[in-house]
Amino acid sequence: MVNIQNIILSFRDKPGGIIEAFHAVQKEYNYLPEETIAVAAGTFGISEAQAFGVATFYSYLSVAKRGKYVIRMCESAPCHIAGAEALIKAFEEALEIKVGETTADGKFTLELTECVGQCQDTPVITINSVPYVNLDPAQVPAVLALCQ
Amino acid sequence: MTEEKRIVLRNADLINPKKIEDYMQAGGYQGLEKARLMSRSDLIAEIKKSNLRGRGGAAFNCGLKWSFVPTDAPVSYVVCNFDEGEPGTYKDRIIVQKDPQSLLEGMAICGHAVNSKQGYIYCRGEYPYVVELLNLAIDQARGKGLLGDFDIEVRMGGGAYVCGEETALIESIEGHRGEPRFKPPFPGVAGLWAQPTVVNNVETFANLPSIVLNGPEWFAAIGAPNYPGTKVLTLTGDVANRVSIEVPTTATLREIIYDFGGGIKEGKKFKAVQVGGTSGGFIPESLLDTPIDFDSMRGIGATLGTGAVFVMDETRDIVDITTRIAKFFEHESCGKCNPCREGTFRAYEIMKKINNGKAVAQDIENLTILSQVMEKACLCGLGQAAPAPILTTLKHFYPEYQARLQIH
Ligand SMILES: Cc1cc2nc3c(=O)[nH]c(=O)nc-3n(C[C@H](O)[C@H](O)[C@H](O)COP(=O)(O)O)c2cc1C
Ligand code: SF4
Ligand code: FES
Repeated sequence: MVNIQNIILSFRDKPGGIIEAFHAVQKEYNYLPEETIAVAAGTFGISEAQAFGVATFYSYLSVAKRGKYVIRMCESAPCHIAGAEALIKAFEEALEIKVGETTADGKFTLELTECVGQCQDTPVITINSVPYVNLDPAQVPAVLALCQ
Repeated sequence: MTEEKRIVLRNADLINPKKIEDYMQAGGYQGLEKARLMSRSDLIAEIKKSNLRGRGGAAFNCGLKWSFVPTDAPVSYVVCNFDEGEPGTYKDRIIVQKDPQSLLEGMAICGHAVNSKQGYIYCRGEYPYVVELLNLAIDQARGKGLLGDFDIEVRMGGGAYVCGEETALIESIEGHRGEPRFKPPFPGVAGLWAQPTVVNNVETFANLPSIVLNGPEWFAAIGAPNYPGTKVLTLTGDVANRVSIEVPTTATLREIIYDFGGGIKEGKKFKAVQVGGTSGGFIPESLLDTPIDFDSMRGIGATLGTGAVFVMDETRDIVDITTRIAKFFEHESCGKCNPCREGTFRAYEIMKKINNGKAVAQDIENLTILSQVMEKACLCGLGQAAPAPILTTLKHFYPEYQARLQIH
């Protein structure tokens, strides 16, 4: 894996680049490991409190450790009426975790999200940002099997 | 019957979005070429005259907005709002995925009008696959020297709905928490890094090449006189065909749902449609013959907003859906101002109580007063619009609320 320091440093000269730097770190690690905040604060000349404030403002960024596959379930109104709740339950049962948790083997994290812009084919989930659409609970095992 | 009319999506599925050569062959960059032969003030006058109004929700006259940028400003910025966080909306994604160059050309036209050398596209974090396409498109346009001394950079949002608000978006590009600013000053005077900045929506920019090329009279004659042109709409929910379409702004909701959407799925009956995204009003059957243009929608207490059309059939539970929407706003409130931070929390609390059959008439009274206060007292459009689904469902679907109340 690329060193966090190097990732963040490459955004040093970009005005306002801290969010881009966070995206780049998260792309590599799936979340923002603890040192990210201190390194980013130093690189962009702000306090750690400010850097943490930025990181935690954005729901797409996570300061908590997450699994290799981050499954996000859209619960906005169009997905809600298309059966989002039943789908969430099916994922919870299949993974034996609750929303917001990560499986013991560190493979899966289950999260809720608002609309991800694929509302023509509801309900929608994303796995590491790739959308999977028109799902029904019976397809959950097959979807999970895609994650190897 | 109203026919589709394609301006923004004129090239959709006809060209390869990854090949700028295709776009050029279809007449691409001729609008920019023509714009560059005009003086800045003439160009702004033309856009004003076309009466193109912003497609991001607020429907402000595009040329008028540009004219706020001081002519002697040494630095100014063009920002494209591609945050598209309004649930039920995917039109900007469709526009960019089908024809990214039309957005870039539109931004460069704006760049010429306000003498800007730098553009930013703020793309929501949920669309990394579209960011890739945009960067490819920018490379191609730059490689051919089409953008001249105007450069464009893509920045990614972080999943905060409020960052679609233009000053919150600017804060986010600057690398801060995306909290809206107090206005004035407006971005046209002091926006990104305190410099004059134009913020427009993807669809607004994508309209520009055709307007410049065909002239403002051509555009002004399409659709409704007060809100001319077309609108890209995204159909979701219980319609038979969940499609995205581009129609003249004179099209009515009924035409959209029945002619383009194919009516209600599985032969069921219509109950309600929410237009403009999750912050839009709910509309009953009796108002379906309203045209979609901004002012007509305002006239029935609704909003065109982003052009999301969320259809609900007779089996849908209005109170439950409105509760879900209240949760959305409670979650997305940025917390900067009290009426929204506390108001969205309380509104969700009361909606849950109603939804669970635990509320009494006084709760609805309180909810109504709270909603009215929020509409007036919230700092930005998020808090101001958050009560719209509640107030419009109370108005048009009151029996559904009543049936949930405890009788004592
Ligand atoms: C909470 C909130 C969210 C918004 N989200 C968006 C958005 O996702 N896309 C957008 O173009 N405009 C959005 N807007 C409107 C923008 O503030 C702004 O009016 C718009 O980008 C201006 O562009 P236009 O004049 O071309 O419509 C939002 C406004 C508010 C208050
Ligand atoms: S209205 Fe809501 S989202 Fe807007 S500034 Fe106030 S708290 Fe933030
Ligand atoms: S509502 Fe779920 S993807 Fe848009």
